[in-house]
Amino acid sequence: MPLAVRTEELRKVYTSPPPLAGPGRGFGSPVRLGRRERRQKVEIVALDGLSLDVRPGELFGLLGPNGAGKSTTVGVLTTRVRPTAGRAFIGDRDVWTDSVAVKRTIGVVPQRPNLDFSLTAREVLLFHGAYFGMAAADRSARARELLERFQLTDRAETLPVAFSGGMMQRLSIARAMMHDPEVLFLDEPSAGLDPQTRLMLWEIVRDYHKRGRTVLLTTHNMEEADDLCDRVAIVDHGRVIALGSPAELKRSVPGGYVIHIEVHPRPASLLRQLERLQGVTEARAAGENAIDLYADRGGPLVPEVVNLALLERVAIQDVRVSEPSLENLFLHHTGRSLRD
Amino acid sequence: MNRKTFLALLARDARVARRNFLPLLVQTLLQPMLLVFVFGRVLTSSGMMPVAYKSLLLPGIIALSMLLAGIQSVAMPLIAEFQFTREIEDRLLAPIDVEWVAIEKILAGMLQALLAGLVVLPSAWLLVGKGVELELSHPLEFLGVVLLVALLSSAVGLTLGCSIGQTQIGLMFTIVVAPMIFFGCTYYPWSALAGFPILRRLVLLNPVVYASEGLRASLAPRFPHLPAVAVFAALAAFDLFFLLYGLRRFRRKAVG
Repeated sequence: MPLAVRTEELRKVYTSPPPLAGPGRGFGSPVRLGRRERRQKVEIVALDGLSLDVRPGELFGLLGPNGAGKSTTVGVLTTRVRPTAGRAFIGDRDVWTDSVAVKRTIGVVPQRPNLDFSLTAREVLLFHGAYFGMAAADRSARARELLERFQLTDRAETLPVAFSGGMMQRLSIARAMMHDPEVLFLDEPSAGLDPQTRLMLWEIVRDYHKRGRTVLLTTHNMEEADDLCDRVAIVDHGRVIALGSPAELKRSVPGGYVIHIEVHPRPASLLRQLERLQGVTEARAAGENAIDLYADRGGPLVPEVVNLALLERVAIQDVRVSEPSLENLFLHHTGRSLRD
Repeated sequence: MNRKTFLALLARDARVARRNFLPLLVQTLLQPMLLVFVFGRVLTSSGMMPVAYKSLLLPGIIALSMLLAGIQSVAMPLIAEFQFTREIEDRLLAPIDVEWVAIEKILAGMLQALLAGLVVLPSAWLLVGKGVELELSHPLEFLGVVLLVALLSSAVGLTLGCSIGQTQIGLMFTIVVAPMIFFGCTYYPWSALAGFPILRRLVLLNPVVYASEGLRASLAPRFPHLPAVAVFAALAAFDLFFLLYGLRRFRRKAVG
């Protein structure tokens, strides 16, 4: 029976500068603060009442830009981050009060490989199995199978310090699958992978999900969320701002297409004129010299847009058309691009 | 506690220690052997020190070796594993309470400290040459002190390992470990500080004093030493303090 994953009004406020390597933090050296600055308490709200309900056996995606709170959410759900308020559940177990039982049911692929660099690749898997109480024979059979599947067999007896980023990531995923967990968490699994490895990873995640397992992954890659996930929650500033299947979400963007026009100058009358064009649902000012046009068509609208601009004596500097996508959805909800 | 997981964690540390056996051995042996050779051999055979100094030095050297071995075997890997790779999470995600991961580290550190003592004692004895008079008149007392010293070393290692960043390792040895050793009655008995009344009291805050004095009391009781009761009480108190404090720091650092 697959397990559900649930969070209720999760809040996480880092009161001290988060640990250098805390989940979701970037690299950087600690900043030396003056006396006055030091007295002020640093408060970073990573999660601001985030509620999620992942169904048993679902492949669920958390989509959002860097710093949205995705990794912190995964951190809380995997017992590594203490929530400031709110609760999290795997199945009916409270992650915080029943953490050992929860750890037994989950597999975690972190954003940065936290492999045991003192062991060889094979030993990483073998010891991981041992931590989870697997019998010796099962351990070695499973390790052999996973090494084979992740194309790591020829490097099995080397220390992973010497591995490339992609190989480390593969080994991390193999380790997470070693004890055959009910719920698999993948935090930005394809970040930094070459396209070939990414496809292989997607295949493996799909397979795992087909065996009736719950999978929760975070990504800021639209394509990944679109391709893989049954449902996606779009997260920004520590909250869920939209939720649904990729198709539903894309349909929810007015018009679906976004035509981004850079103009000089940008008279208000142009916005009004554009909005009157057939098929346009909304014309929005974006930044100082740009307009985002939400419409049900893309390319065919461009000549009409250019005509209007000419009539208004406005110089068009750039026009970009994007098709219905989660990217547009994000833009619509936050006014920012995912890549910002 | 989950016994299978705990044993697997211990087996993991044993595997890593075995892989690093040679460097570990050198690290454990080299410094004590140099000290023993210069203080116990060169200075005594040249007549600058009395031959009896050999017997006074050896228990101190054992205390020193055990402490360094325990501190290094716990603190160094922890400092590295808490760095940006968060390697420690490989173990924190094992199905066992976070504190038990730290306790396993303490046990592994104790074992390394005991092994260090076991290796250094005969090697130092051999190197220092004739004239050593150690006796084991109170084997139980000796065993008790040795265990408490081993625990002290790895509990201090846990505390340091959870308090210090990778860039401060050098500093840790210069400003924490070195003074603890030099003011730790390793090369002289506590009574030798009689002429320094303030220092004499201050060093009583240093747990290493009780380690050296305790080993001296149980191996070479003919030299002046602190009473066994005081040694046991102080070692037990320091052990408890560093154990609890270290565990607290570990949890804070492990769970963000």
